[in-house]
Amino acid sequence: MTTTTQIPATASALKHKRMEQFEPSVVARKVSVFYGEKQALFDVDLDIGRHEVTALIGPSGCGKSTFLRCLNRMNDTIPICRVTGKISLYGKDIHDPDIDVVHLRARVGMVFQKPNPFPKSIYENVAYGPRIHGLAASKAEMDEIVLTSLDKAGLLGEVKDRLTEPGTGLSGGQQQRLCIARAIAVGPEVILMDEPCSALDPIATAKIEELIDELRENFTIVIVTHSMQQAARVSQRTAFFHLGVLVETGETEDIFTTPKDKRTQDYITGRFG
Amino acid sequence: MPISLLLAVLVALTVAGFYMGRSRALAGFGGKAVKLHSLPAYYGYYVALWCGIPALFIVAIWLVFEPSIIRALLISSLPPEVQSLPANRLGLVINDVRNLATGNATSVTSDPAMRTAASYYAHLKFVSQVALAILAMCIAVVGIVFGRQNVKPEFWARNRVEKAIMVILMVSSTIAVLTTIGIVLSLVFESLRFFARIPVTDFLFGLHWSPQMALRADQVGSTGAFGAIPLFAGTFLISAIAMVVAAPVGLMSAIYLSEYAPRNVRAIVKPLLEVLAGVPTVVYGFFAALTIAPFFRDSGLMFGLNISSESALAAGVVMGIMIIPFVSSLSDDVINAVPQSMRDGSLGLGATHSETIKRVIVPAALPGIVGGLLLAVSRAIGETMIVVMAAGLAANLTANPFAAVTTVTVQIVTLLVGDQEFDSPKTLAAFALGLVLFCITLVLNVIALSVVNKYREQYE
Amino acid sequence: MSDLAIRNVGMTSAMDATTTNSQRVAAGLKGRYAAERRFKAYGVLAIAFALACLMLLMWTIVSHGYTAFVQTMVRLEITLYPQDIDPDGKRDRDVLSTADYRTPIRQAVADLFPDVQGRSDQRQLDALVSPGAVFLIRDMVMADPSIVGKRVSITIPVSDDLDQLNKGYINPNVAEADRKVSDKQIAWFQRLKDRGLIETNFNTILFTMGDSREPELAGLWGATVGSFFTLAVTIALAFPIAVMTATYLEEFAPKNRWTQLIEVNINNLAAVPSIVFGLLGLAVFLGFFGLPRSAPLVGGMVLALITLPTVIIASRAAFKSVPPSIREAALGLGASRLQTVTDHVLPLAMPGILTGAIIGMAHALGETAPLLMIGMVAFIVDIPGGLTDPATVLPVQVYLWSDSPERAFVERTSAAIMVLLVFLFAMNAVAVLLRRRFERRW
Repeated sequence: MTTTTQIPATASALKHKRMEQFEPSVVARKVSVFYGEKQALFDVDLDIGRHEVTALIGPSGCGKSTFLRCLNRMNDTIPICRVTGKISLYGKDIHDPDIDVVHLRARVGMVFQKPNPFPKSIYENVAYGPRIHGLAASKAEMDEIVLTSLDKAGLLGEVKDRLTEPGTGLSGGQQQRLCIARAIAVGPEVILMDEPCSALDPIATAKIEELIDELRENFTIVIVTHSMQQAARVSQRTAFFHLGVLVETGETEDIFTTPKDKRTQDYITGRFG
Repeated sequence: MPISLLLAVLVALTVAGFYMGRSRALAGFGGKAVKLHSLPAYYGYYVALWCGIPALFIVAIWLVFEPSIIRALLISSLPPEVQSLPANRLGLVINDVRNLATGNATSVTSDPAMRTAASYYAHLKFVSQVALAILAMCIAVVGIVFGRQNVKPEFWARNRVEKAIMVILMVSSTIAVLTTIGIVLSLVFESLRFFARIPVTDFLFGLHWSPQMALRADQVGSTGAFGAIPLFAGTFLISAIAMVVAAPVGLMSAIYLSEYAPRNVRAIVKPLLEVLAGVPTVVYGFFAALTIAPFFRDSGLMFGLNISSESALAAGVVMGIMIIPFVSSLSDDVINAVPQSMRDGSLGLGATHSETIKRVIVPAALPGIVGGLLLAVSRAIGETMIVVMAAGLAANLTANPFAAVTTVTVQIVTLLVGDQEFDSPKTLAAFALGLVLFCITLVLNVIALSVVNKYREQYE
Repeated sequence: MSDLAIRNVGMTSAMDATTTNSQRVAAGLKGRYAAERRFKAYGVLAIAFALACLMLLMWTIVSHGYTAFVQTMVRLEITLYPQDIDPDGKRDRDVLSTADYRTPIRQAVADLFPDVQGRSDQRQLDALVSPGAVFLIRDMVMADPSIVGKRVSITIPVSDDLDQLNKGYINPNVAEADRKVSDKQIAWFQRLKDRGLIETNFNTILFTMGDSREPELAGLWGATVGSFFTLAVTIALAFPIAVMTATYLEEFAPKNRWTQLIEVNINNLAAVPSIVFGLLGLAVFLGFFGLPRSAPLVGGMVLALITLPTVIIASRAAFKSVPPSIREAALGLGASRLQTVTDHVLPLAMPGILTGAIIGMAHALGETAPLLMIGMVAFIVDIPGGLTDPATVLPVQVYLWSDSPERAFVERTSAAIMVLLVFLFAMNAVAVLLRRRFERRW
């Protein structure tokens, strides 16, 4: 690592340096993904720490989103997609026959690249998950879940007077926070975020990043991002993917300051990507 | 000269015009095509257009007005006592004259007045045709001469030709509008004549329908009743039964095909449903009358129910079967238009596939589905052959699906098929029914199309 | 299961919440999967229902109709005595065409059953052969007058009731009063059969003759020719107008109120019930312009108006699928807008337009109701020879036959439907092939 590289501010990363020991909640071993004949991911080994933010970075088409989608088996919805290897959530293989994919996704929530609120009211958007999973026994309990989730997603103040209005009427950043609230409402252990800010303006992005930092208290978060600055700002650990291979993983600070691999170095110094 | 021969001659002249224009452009200037403004063929097209268009226009105008002018001339030549006949009788006389003149007469009449009229008619026809032929050919030739004179190297033939073609394109695009105007005018005019005899309120709100009017005043039952409520009720009963069959089946099969079915199942089932859609309605009518209606009647007997062999149920169910592919393909379109991100969002929260469909996809697609169902309703209301062949003829105001009811379309057909006098309330009633049918389906279509379009915009 | 896994990594208060959530989710799973299976089953049922209807429909048609393709015939030795047919011996065509051919047939049948006496029995005996057989003999004589005076061996159709008996549609075991053939006729028919005079031949009449009141003489050829003429008019009108309209709307029209009106109009016309177009044809083409009733010309014009919106919509879609880069390329080379369209866009859009046109024509071929309005429902025996001759079309023929009371018309109706469906499927198959063959990915 030479001095010419402009390292993004790693203030928040530094702030969280207090992580004492590494405690993985998700463990991936030799994960490969095939789309039909084409292999998109090659033998990925990655540990994801509990209650910390793990950023997956890399150039477009490097397989980072594909890997993310393996973690709650969203790839099951693509007919030609095949996943091999072992992924365990708190020691239990998620492909085990006695793991139910619906149950798994209730534990591993997901936020997508483009905000995708359902064409329903704000309230119904958040209540959707708890409702299908039967998490609220009464209307009061449901109200409680919805308001808490909106609050945790930092959206309550902005929308508390218009909970019955359609979620699609919100601004892009608000929509994305609504989607985060929707994911939180189910009470997941892990939240996957697939480039959650790529469709947002810088101000909305900043708000989401702040939110991610807060959510880390209660949730394990995996975030795919295009922006290295974002990875540096929000994550504690970073994994660099290139051409379907996990090139390097480690504490965010280390990755950005002292990358071990030439490819990582080239990427973070902007030689490609 | 018969019209077909005249048209052939005009086409030949037009083609000749093309070659004359082109050869003049090519040869007239020392064979140096380079100096021409446009390609030589455009000079040909230019002359051909001058030759063909005015002549064809004259022919069309002539043919439109010829019958009425000849008719007027013929009437004025008839003896005064014939002239003073009421309009419908006069029409019959003129028909006879026409048949006599063309040799189609079924009975040889010995009436000398008729024979004179017939030969006068034939004479008029002959004069008219000769005059038309001479006029049209003259215009065509004048067009060629005029067009050829304009063919000069610096003449912008291409631009002229393109402008002319643009006008032709524009005119052809108005034919759809003209069709609508034609439908509205013909329905409204005939209906007005009907309402001049039968009050609108009697028609729209009357509860009794028996259009059989006696031809002579002294016959029994000479007053027809034109209360259309039983027809509307029958139409809606049968359409409702059809929708009860088609809506759930069509919607569920669309959902299964677009959300669950493996690709190979889809590849087989979709074309089969299209086969169901391509079967002519007359076949469904036959199917209803031959198989479904007797089946319902017999199974009704087993349960001690009295089901008419022309029951609304049989016609409605078969109509429903006919509409299934229609509902299915429209729903398929709107379901596929729901963005994948909605599915991902729901599945990512741990919803099962059916929960995603029921709680996210169908609600999101609902406007489109409703629009499609409205179009299906409009189709059921306007469907004719199935009900003509499988539903009843007698008006019957009932909501009992086992009874025989009749519909608006059945009555239009029965009123207009067979002996027809153009002025009787019976015939005119068909147009009034047609007007109602047109209005109802138009309203449904406009609502449905705007709902569907709005929905499309939402996801585009 | 997951509880164990979680306990392994220790508990926090946040973990407690997720554990109870997790338990709740697990508790609901069974019911939710049952609902999933039920829902899926509804889908399968819906498709099964639709396909079962299709099967039932096809089976009804085929099972009722396949027997119509054969016809029971009887071989007769007929002596054409000159004194019956041509007493003057001049072979004058007028004499030949109006001669009495009934007597020779009657005589030939009677010769086979010399034991049958009494007027009532003889009448029953005459009823064995088709009353239309006289026309067959007449046509034979007209074609070759030299056979007058000779003894000819000829197969003629038996009456429709015997045909139905032979095909097993009439049960000889029910009471005599309940069936249309008498015991004696059944016995005579059996004797003919035993003598080997009964043949079951391919029903050429069905494909070569016009309509008839007698089922055994009724054919589809008249309706087929009528359909052909009608569709010829339809395509001659609808195709150019639709292509021109689509060209104008897609390539040249400015986006203003007027073009919007045209578009809305076209979309609405596509959903107007076809019978309304029939009323238009009746009022305008017949009433106002005085065109002939029952003519393929008028039928074709009405069907052209009906199919026009469909073909326009398909053509516009075909134009839309041609990428703008093609237009830009041509315009960039200095082609005029019209040249761009005629030289590049139109040829590329043509397969799509043709596919739409064929599908539109298939619709027109199956259309019935509007043609009833303009009188194409008349009983017409002659094969139409032109666009203004009275004619009927295949679907209307189906309707007419289905209305006839004779049992033998049921199988002929089904056969007519089969013929109609074969035409329709062939047209659709051509459309599908065209689409496959010229499908382009840009």
